Amino acid sequence: MSLSILKNSVLIGLWLGLLALPFMGWQDAGKLAATLALGGVLWQGVTAGARSKPIHAGKPLFRTRVREIGYSLVQANRTALFVGGAALFLILPLFLNNYYIDILSLAGLYALLAAGLNITVGYAGLLDLGYAGFYGVGAYVYALLSTGIGLSFWLGLPLGGAIAAAFGVILGVITLRLRGDYLAIVTLGFVQIVYLVFNNWDSVTNGPNGILNIGRPALPGLTFRQPIHFYYLVLLLLFLVVTAIHRLTRSQIGRAWIAIREDELAASAMGINTTRMKVLAFALGAGIAGVAGVFFAAKYSFVSPESFTFLESVRVLSMVVLGGMGSLPGAVLGAFLLTVLPELLRGLAGYRMLIFGAALVVMMIFRPQGLLGKRH
Amino acid sequence: MFLQQLINGLTLGAVYALVALGYTMVYGILELINFAHGEIYMIGAYLGIIYLGLFTVSGLTESHLFLSLILVFLLSALTCAGYGITLERIAYRPLRHAHRLSPLISAIGMSIFLQNYVMLTQGSADKVFPHILPTGPITEAGIPISGIQLFILLASVLLMGGLQFFVRKTRLGKAMRATAQDKTMASLCGIPIDRVIAVTFAIGSILAAVAGVMVAMYYGVIHFTIGYVAGIKAFTAAVLGGIGNIPGAMVGGLLLGLVESLGAAYISSEFKDGFAFLILILVLIFRPSGLLGEKVPERA
Repeated sequence: MSLSILKNSVLIGLWLGLLALPFMGWQDAGKLAATLALGGVLWQGVTAGARSKPIHAGKPLFRTRVREIGYSLVQANRTALFVGGAALFLILPLFLNNYYIDILSLAGLYALLAAGLNITVGYAGLLDLGYAGFYGVGAYVYALLSTGIGLSFWLGLPLGGAIAAAFGVILGVITLRLRGDYLAIVTLGFVQIVYLVFNNWDSVTNGPNGILNIGRPALPGLTFRQPIHFYYLVLLLLFLVVTAIHRLTRSQIGRAWIAIREDELAASAMGINTTRMKVLAFALGAGIAGVAGVFFAAKYSFVSPESFTFLESVRVLSMVVLGGMGSLPGAVLGAFLLTVLPELLRGLAGYRMLIFGAALVVMMIFRPQGLLGKRH
Repeated sequence: MFLQQLINGLTLGAVYALVALGYTMVYGILELINFAHGEIYMIGAYLGIIYLGLFTVSGLTESHLFLSLILVFLLSALTCAGYGITLERIAYRPLRHAHRLSPLISAIGMSIFLQNYVMLTQGSADKVFPHILPTGPITEAGIPISGIQLFILLASVLLMGGLQFFVRKTRLGKAMRATAQDKTMASLCGIPIDRVIAVTFAIGSILAAVAGVMVAMYYGVIHFTIGYVAGIKAFTAAVLGGIGNIPGAMVGGLLLGLVESLGAAYISSEFKDGFAFLILILVLIFRPSGLLGEKVPERA
């Protein structure tokens, strides 16, 4: 270990400690500085050690070999993997209590959301920060119609999706002509306006108190009440949505989206109607969010504005990012991990969001393509 | 009543303008929406309270009010400059050549991180800023303006003038403009790009810090979530004036403050926060380049 590593680490530790000083006081800031310096030395020592190891030419590294074998296994047995996974999730609730089934249902709901957002962000490359707005529109549409005119869940599902998609079309037509980052900000404005409307339009939405007693889904002879009912319901929805997206992305439309993401100019030169394709991706994502919103309203039988804030958008977005933008299995995996892990980490309480924020940054720096995404 | 609202709007607008400058300068150079900029403003507000508390305990505020106020502003600005530079170094510099979405997501992550960092170290309760400037109206001239409002307006004008001078007349300002125009060319001319970018972040953070401390003084109460909404509004102001355009951010900020204050008074106070977004969407539809911005061709 050279002296410069030590010097750098100590300097970084001191600098960040100094910045934290007004907020943490001498003692904690000192501890922080010491921890950071020590961590810096260890980290740089380890990475420097790894880098200085000789690479044997002609003989692939162990890590690369493992990755290749894993990759070929996944490739060969895709169908088997899918069927096995599906079967696992079908029988899983038999071994779990209601608490865990509920968490799994929640993971399924988020998987639905992430799969939808993945179309917009992952395939078409449009950063939609207002996703929770569409989710909220779906939830409130069903909540209002169910409590107002007793609309059945099975009609509410497509209706909520369609209305959310319509919002998506309107917003998309307005904004998709704009530069990419502007879209992000306008969608952010959208989720904020939706929240304000839910929160302040008391005569219709009941303001911050939300809407209670939303109708449960029912089949002849069965009203959905138990966690396990909703678990299988969301599993079915997820299966339908994932299958549809999977097939769609392998069609002409999906290829058009990817072409737009990679190079919009080239895509339009190849005759793709880029605006129409972008609006389609945007609206489709919004529609799936709407469907998820209807499910949310029916599952909890209650909606309030707090569930549809910008932070919810960020949560779904980070699921897509974690799994790998443009990867459908990735989106589902990301949703699963980011729902189940925080439940397991309940003990960390206040530190959860701190870690979450830092993890987003670290992820972007070290593995921007996510867990299952391909680097492009 | 109208005059009162006008002055309230201008005060609010001056604060938006100061924060908007940070967005616009960074966007001008990096084409990056520095999403965490609102948090720098929030950190500035907290630092103001922390430093003022320090000076009050040590008795300096009582004996030399003016000196301690200046020190509060200076120290908060300096510390925030440190935060801004560090933010750029950690969250943006490694991503300068990454896919366009990456820095934006990294910025969102940083914003969440900073919010929770302040919440964990300072608690989630409201923080109170002691009233040290007169908040009652100065009625002598017949204009309903309070001492603190006058202070905010004067300080903002001074800072904006100073910034304009810096960007137009100094060597470093020239380097900044060159970098904004063409990074590669600027670096070929021997301009240290990394340093210019760091300076840009530092200046933006200083302006945001001053705005934060002034807002803390103005409203008397702050919370760790104030950065998010203020950040969005300031960004709206920047877009309104034409992003990347420094005088544009000033005009946009003042205009937005006026619209919000008059809108809250005469249309609806509940939807006060909605006006900014409505304006943003309208501007982007009808004049995407902003009021003072030039037409920029879309980057492929």
